Amino acid sequence: MTKDKNNLGNKPDSEHDQLKSGGQTRREFMVGAAAVSAGLATLTGMSSAESEVINDPSKVTIQVPSPPQSIAVELTVNGQTKSVSIDPRTSLLDALREYMGLTGSKKGCDHGQCGACTVLVDGRRINSCLTFAVMYQGQKVTTIEGLAEGDQLHAVQEAFVKHDGFQCGYCTPGQICSAVALLAEAKAGCASAVTSNLCAGNVSLTDEEIRERMSGNLCRCGAYPGIVEAIRSLAEAQS
Amino acid sequence: MKLFTYAKVAGGASEALAEASGKTNSHYIAGGTNLIDLMKEEVMSPSHLIDINALNLSQIEQLGNGGVKIGALVKNSDLANHSYIRQNYPVLSRALLSGASAQLRNMASVGGNLLQRTRCSYFYDVVEPCNKRVPNSGCSAIEGYNRMHSILGTSNKCISAHPSDMCVALAALDAIIHTTGPDGDRKIDLVDFHKLPGNTPEIETVLLPDELICAVELPPSSSIFSKNWCYLKVRDRASYAFALVSAAACLEIDNGQIKSARVALGGIAPKPWRALEAEKLLSGKAPTEQTFKAAADAALKNAKGYEHNNFKIEMSKRTIVRALKVAAGGVA
Repeated sequence: MTKDKNNLGNKPDSEHDQLKSGGQTRREFMVGAAAVSAGLATLTGMSSAESEVINDPSKVTIQVPSPPQSIAVELTVNGQTKSVSIDPRTSLLDALREYMGLTGSKKGCDHGQCGACTVLVDGRRINSCLTFAVMYQGQKVTTIEGLAEGDQLHAVQEAFVKHDGFQCGYCTPGQICSAVALLAEAKAGCASAVTSNLCAGNVSLTDEEIRERMSGNLCRCGAYPGIVEAIRSLAEAQS
Repeated sequence: MKLFTYAKVAGGASEALAEASGKTNSHYIAGGTNLIDLMKEEVMSPSHLIDINALNLSQIEQLGNGGVKIGALVKNSDLANHSYIRQNYPVLSRALLSGASAQLRNMASVGGNLLQRTRCSYFYDVVEPCNKRVPNSGCSAIEGYNRMHSILGTSNKCISAHPSDMCVALAALDAIIHTTGPDGDRKIDLVDFHKLPGNTPEIETVLLPDELICAVELPPSSSIFSKNWCYLKVRDRASYAFALVSAAACLEIDNGQIKSARVALGGIAPKPWRALEAEKLLSGKAPTEQTFKAAADAALKNAKGYEHNNFKIEMSKRTIVRALKVAAGGVA
């Protein structure tokens, strides 16, 4: 089986190389297909709107909403400065995916419940779907695309491959970003709900601890045993 | 999501008040983990958002008297892991760590946690009647699916449950909320901060328009519970779920007798629930199972179950007894 390199955080360029088949990447194919169906919808929509106009023009009212405020936001994403001008309603996740071309972070539930959108802001893991990009002016964001050093995968990415920490791969970018932060938190002595002694400075990452600390990342394929194994292997190396 | 305008304020809390002044339907935003969710569902639709994250309210300050003052913008994860809190107010650390996920705790602020809104599914579902969301539209939960709802402090207008874990510990610790508003600064006891639904479930706290939470103070007297304490959360999943019932139990034990006790409950009332009747019963007694059972009975004396949540009455009693047992056993 070929693992989905897209979700292992390769840079967009190499992603294209990896996924090209029949002269088209998966993303190009999806965008093209969406454009075709959108075109069909527009045609259908136009004809019904036109007939309404002909029958009773007074019924067709178009309310023009006040245009959204457009705000210039500058973020440092994976070490690069990115400037975008966006509607303040844009989530950090949408800013990354739709405005910066970083589609590694995934939109699962869009309500902060599944963790597929997990990114690191100043090294701390957050749900990028549940926050507005304008609130992160000037801050440092690391996404799955920013973990590898060139072709050298991050240790957590390697561990997920080695221990089979995924199946379909959709939750994987979030799982990996979350695991990177988990290891840093444990190193800093952060406690969890299952840490028996809150005042002990060092944390032993037992399977119970790993499960509790990863509970904000859901995996519908049920790759949890592999995920726990991957993190445990790194925790053992760390301690 | 409805359109809104956005402004970020920096400096002192007065900057936020100045930005809010004269604007209708403005709302402060800190972590946003609850507000943005509600805005996506259009349960809440502020027309102006005031981002307060750059205000200087992010400190945890040890007070001269041994207490601690926690800035409203301190993240839940930072508060839970602060060494002074872990040592002196461990029940608060444990309650915070029992809530949400690591990602959400890194985003959610202390002030925002105090203002968390109920997760009643009818409150979220904008096509269903809900007195909290649309006053006088009716309560869908009373006759509906009410497994997650309250058994204490309800009214015939609303039976939703307060979702916070942090607030349960704060109720037990006699926390004091510091606010600033157009009419000046106030200190409000946490137990008086949230309101029961009564006839106006849409009014959830005593905060006035534009008033801003600046800090939460924990009195030094509450650190006497740093040895004998327990925060027990009972839920459908082992992690990352709201409480069916939670209990913060704190005991001061001297010569084999309970000198003083604090018991607060979550998941079973529209506000963080302080069980004063239970505390009275515990005071001056030996820490035995019999005493704990009597205290639990007293705490739930006025409980009223609904079709799907009757189980919470017995579950609450058992949760209190177990939490008190663990607390009496002492914690490392």
